Amino acid sequence: MSLVIATIKRDLVIAARNPGEWLNPLMFFLMVLALFPLAVDPDPKFLAKIAAGVVWVAALLATLLSLDALFKADVEDGTLEQWLASGESLYAMALGKVFVHWCISGLPLTLVAPLLALMMNLPDDAYGALFFSLLLGTPILSLLGAVGAALTAGVRSGGLLLSLVILPLYIPILIFGASAVYHAGIEMEYLGQLGFLASFLCLSMTLTPFAVAGALKLNLSR
Amino acid sequence: MWQALTRLYHRMGSPKWFYEISARWLPWFAIPAALCLIIGTVWGLAFAPADYQQGNSFRIIYIHVPAAILAQSAYAMMAIAGAIFLIWRMKMAAWVAAAIAPVGASFCFIALITGAIWGKPTWGTWWVWDARLTSMLLLLFLYFGVMALQKAMDTEDNSAKAGAILSLVGLVNIPIIKYSVEWWNTLHQPATLKLTEESTMAMEMLIPLLIMIVGFYLLFATLIFMRTRNHVLWHERKKNWVKKMLQAEK
Amino acid sequence: MFFDSFAEFLAMGKHGFYVWLCYGITALVIIANILAPMRERKKLIEQQARLQRREKKNAS
Repeated sequence: MSLVIATIKRDLVIAARNPGEWLNPLMFFLMVLALFPLAVDPDPKFLAKIAAGVVWVAALLATLLSLDALFKADVEDGTLEQWLASGESLYAMALGKVFVHWCISGLPLTLVAPLLALMMNLPDDAYGALFFSLLLGTPILSLLGAVGAALTAGVRSGGLLLSLVILPLYIPILIFGASAVYHAGIEMEYLGQLGFLASFLCLSMTLTPFAVAGALKLNLSR
Repeated sequence: MWQALTRLYHRMGSPKWFYEISARWLPWFAIPAALCLIIGTVWGLAFAPADYQQGNSFRIIYIHVPAAILAQSAYAMMAIAGAIFLIWRMKMAAWVAAAIAPVGASFCFIALITGAIWGKPTWGTWWVWDARLTSMLLLLFLYFGVMALQKAMDTEDNSAKAGAILSLVGLVNIPIIKYSVEWWNTLHQPATLKLTEESTMAMEMLIPLLIMIVGFYLLFATLIFMRTRNHVLWHERKKNWVKKMLQAEK
Repeated sequence: MFFDSFAEFLAMGKHGFYVWLCYGITALVIIANILAPMRERKKLIEQQARLQRREKKNAS
């Protein structure tokens, strides 16, 4: 357990020293958002309709990009093998890694998204739903993403494969997250969607670390 | 005259010369910068008349326009410094380019934020996808790209080269980006919403603006001097002149 | 003076929030840009001083 906490602390310090790790996904998030008005129509009324979905897609893509590096460094320098050899719980380690990943990707996205949603002319009522849907949804993205990252950890050009593997899994999160924000914007009920996200979060928090641990053992045995 | 210029150019390539002379030049940029900024701010905030249409929110122009001008010319200077490094391998040029990136990005950020805040009382929303603001946003993306790329490279030399190449490509792209954003904007916005009425500005409004622009340029020069001096100290730290000077500083 | 009183100056004719927000953010960014190289310089000098002390110790 102490090894898990030590790893979490170390990874957080490394992330604090490399601001690029958490700044780059945020910049990507902003850039993807900017693409839509540029490519389609900057009319504020139009943007207000698509804002919920676009912000969620952008957040999803930004998370996806940051997943590639989740286990890569540890696989390459042998830290992962040390983990296995140490006999400490891979389940706990997986949760710890996902927590750090969420701290440097999902959490900044959740905090910055309301500001960026201003640029997309999101309806005023939707900001609360945006924040909470991302707060619940981004950990799920990190958890599911960790499964994909663990499965593709040692594979060459694993980044693209990772995206192909995870995107189908992400779609329910996207549907319910974007739906919550959209319905809040048109002043309809959205707590059901948030409830689904919350329950899916509980489910994935308990089950995905098993899959992550299994996938990592698989990759190390190659 | 030409000989003096070429001599100056060659001297600038010497880190030691730059460090010594910038120590003497710094106050000559810093103090006028502070004076211009203070005078321009007070004049613009308290003495200049308000705009006929926009009222007092117009005073944001005294920050927005200088910051925007600086953001754009800083990018060009960064690209040119990068080119000097690529062509003549002058280390000082690489350090100047690295020094400009965060400062230029800061000015770009200021221009963007003040533009957005200005938009709220003028157009009713915090952000409008108009040609100028969108171009500023894309310029900020270009800055971030250069900064992120430089941090990602493992050796200093690669970092400087990669940053130089990217900023040069960006420089060539900037007119193209501006043109395409203007064209995109004409498709979507029926009237040209001007954030500033530059051509019809009265003297009492124009002069503080010019003072602020000069002040921003002087501030920029001061900041670049400070940052470049740090680069010199770091990269030349093993040299004797640095060691002797550091001992004398204590 | 364009304004008749200091209170009017602060209010900026209902636009006070926006004007002062802009000037405030700008001031913060500029101050940060001045402090950052100053701190970096101090760090560099201290770092080099420490190195020189260690080298002297190793040499003796």
